[in-house]
Amino acid sequence: MSTATTHGHAHDHHDDHHGPAKGLMRWVTTTNHKDIGTLYLVFALVMLFVGGAMALIIRLELFQPGLQFVNPDFFNQMTTMHALIMVFGMIMPAFVGFANWMIPMMIGAPDMALPRLNNWSFWILPFASGILVSTLFMDGGGPAGGWTLYPPLVLQTGNAFPFAIFAVHLLGMSSIMGAINIIVTIMNMRAPGMTLLKMPLFVWTWLITAYLLIGAMPVLAGGVTMLLTDQFFGTSFFSAAGGGDPVLFQHIFWFFGHPEVYIIILPAFGIVSQIIPTFSRKPLFGYDSMVYATASIGFLSYIVWAHHMFTVGMPLAGMMFFMLSTMLIAIPTGVKVFNWLSTMWRGSLTFETPMLFAIGFLFLFTIGGFSGLMLAITPADFQYHDTYFVVAHFHYVLVPGALFGALGGAYYWLPKWTGHMYDETLGKVHFWMSAIFVNVTFFPQHFLGLAGMPRRIPDYATQFADWNMVSSIGAFGFGFAQLLFVYVVIKCVRGGKPATAEVWDNPEGLEWTVPSPAPYHTFDEAPVIK
Amino acid sequence: MADPRAPAARRLAVKLGASAVAMFGFGFLLVPIYDAVCRIAGIGGRTSDVAAVAVAGEIDADRTVVVEFVAIRNEQATWEFHPATVSMEVHPGQLYDTTFFARNLTTSRLVGQAIPRVAPGTAAKYFKKTECFCFTPQPFDGGEGRDMGLQFMVDPDLPQHIDRLTLTYTFFQSPAGAS
Repeated sequence: MSTATTHGHAHDHHDDHHGPAKGLMRWVTTTNHKDIGTLYLVFALVMLFVGGAMALIIRLELFQPGLQFVNPDFFNQMTTMHALIMVFGMIMPAFVGFANWMIPMMIGAPDMALPRLNNWSFWILPFASGILVSTLFMDGGGPAGGWTLYPPLVLQTGNAFPFAIFAVHLLGMSSIMGAINIIVTIMNMRAPGMTLLKMPLFVWTWLITAYLLIGAMPVLAGGVTMLLTDQFFGTSFFSAAGGGDPVLFQHIFWFFGHPEVYIIILPAFGIVSQIIPTFSRKPLFGYDSMVYATASIGFLSYIVWAHHMFTVGMPLAGMMFFMLSTMLIAIPTGVKVFNWLSTMWRGSLTFETPMLFAIGFLFLFTIGGFSGLMLAITPADFQYHDTYFVVAHFHYVLVPGALFGALGGAYYWLPKWTGHMYDETLGKVHFWMSAIFVNVTFFPQHFLGLAGMPRRIPDYATQFADWNMVSSIGAFGFGFAQLLFVYVVIKCVRGGKPATAEVWDNPEGLEWTVPSPAPYHTFDEAPVIK
Repeated sequence: MADPRAPAARRLAVKLGASAVAMFGFGFLLVPIYDAVCRIAGIGGRTSDVAAVAVAGEIDADRTVVVEFVAIRNEQATWEFHPATVSMEVHPGQLYDTTFFARNLTTSRLVGQAIPRVAPGTAAKYFKKTECFCFTPQPFDGGEGRDMGLQFMVDPDLPQHIDRLTLTYTFFQSPAGAS
């Protein structure tokens, strides 16, 4: 939390408004969207390193075949907790942080519509994550059945079980509250003249993400509640002995789980759609089709869940439906990719750090998209299922996908938040280290998976040794490269070349019409939209 | 400051909150939906948990189907459980009887519940049980062992390409009747 106390407020900016309160209580009681955005972002950055440390423990153990560093049970706790923390504690809060900071400024609103709810949605998070992490120190260790929490395995968790479930409940509540706030803000707080189809694409992707959150997170909450009552109150939702069915949990989980995938990636789509036009010096190509593509991805995400569970045994018609509907998602996603490419086509491109991350996103996310198409092919999926190929696929869409989107967004808006330019050279070094090491880490996992290495195992056959070693080296490189990001952020908060209001070369959007750093209160008078 | 947009914002927030609660309920609604879909589509190898009515119909004596019996007690050490015969050759349309044997290996009273599954799953709806020990909980005194009856028929409408069915019972200690 080192940057929290120095971030974005120590500027003597005088207008009619009262400034932020002094001291630590400012951060506890704040209802200011910029403060809360900062809290979310700093929290996500801290959790990136918590979850990252767990990933490095996993890669350390997998550096060589055999068991060297941790016992298998702790290894399983690491894979489970790494995923839970990265999904619920890192990437989702990071994007909510972006939403808090940017959406009111992008639509010309003075703040979020429900500021007190906003404070709550953030402050639930550290406690929920604290409960989740504390399970590692409980009798029997943390949850070790995988982040998908499949029964009956997850029911073997020790004392940590109810704590892990409550943590998931709380994290879900936090994001649902955040989502409600975002929808109400977008629907009610737009400046006059800011029609829906004039909104920046980041606002659009978040609007659809927020609807997905409200539709999907409560279903997960219901599913884990059933786990809880199965364990402690004698129900038999998933216990065959009482007439239940463990496969039912997989359906409930993935009914949440697939929209969750798009909850994670759509805000990154939005950020990239802001960055690429700025550094191509052209308006976004095919704005309307981008909006419709995002909406259709959102809709399709609800009808493809069973592609995560082809191997449970499904009738042919079911497999055909889920295979084809999954492949259908490639169409709106392809529309987006081609629109980004067309935006860059014949643009006056420059390659500042945000643009590098956006292009890295475009290239590497698409690789993850293609391996997703391979996994969608039902007969092929029977071979890939639960292998490292799956691990490679979802890390390609989550790390150089969602995380690169967030990092690009952070560089893009840092000067607006802090009033200083970040160190461009270090930013570029950070990008290239990240881009190289992310591929060194995850590309070999495709080979491992195709060769048959199962996921979630602490030890493996010696035939997999070479690529695992390469992957581990990449993971450590990637992890340490992110420390450079922390340094760049702290350096940028402390000082640097003053940023102009526009920061970049004639960027589009209301956020660039206010000074840098953005004053504590913006758009108390609604701006005029042309 | 009284924002004129506040009442509309509050109304929308309440609506969205209600949708979240509704979706929580929908999660629970998925349970009966899943059961109904499995039953109607005959997936997952579920057989009916009520007795089928024996219809004196035409017996397809030209066709022979092998029915295999499998008994599973998972890792529970409290039961002995096995079928009397491991397989039978049957003609569709004709009623057959067989038994499964179970013994309570503990000294206290236990209630067992058998859960059936048929493989291949798509054949489950053609497997008709007119009597089955799986329809009711089976109480056992400590050390008691007995044969439990099963009367079944393979429906003549069983698709032609299926010539072998496997009926599996998993014998659980009933969570309801553990007295």
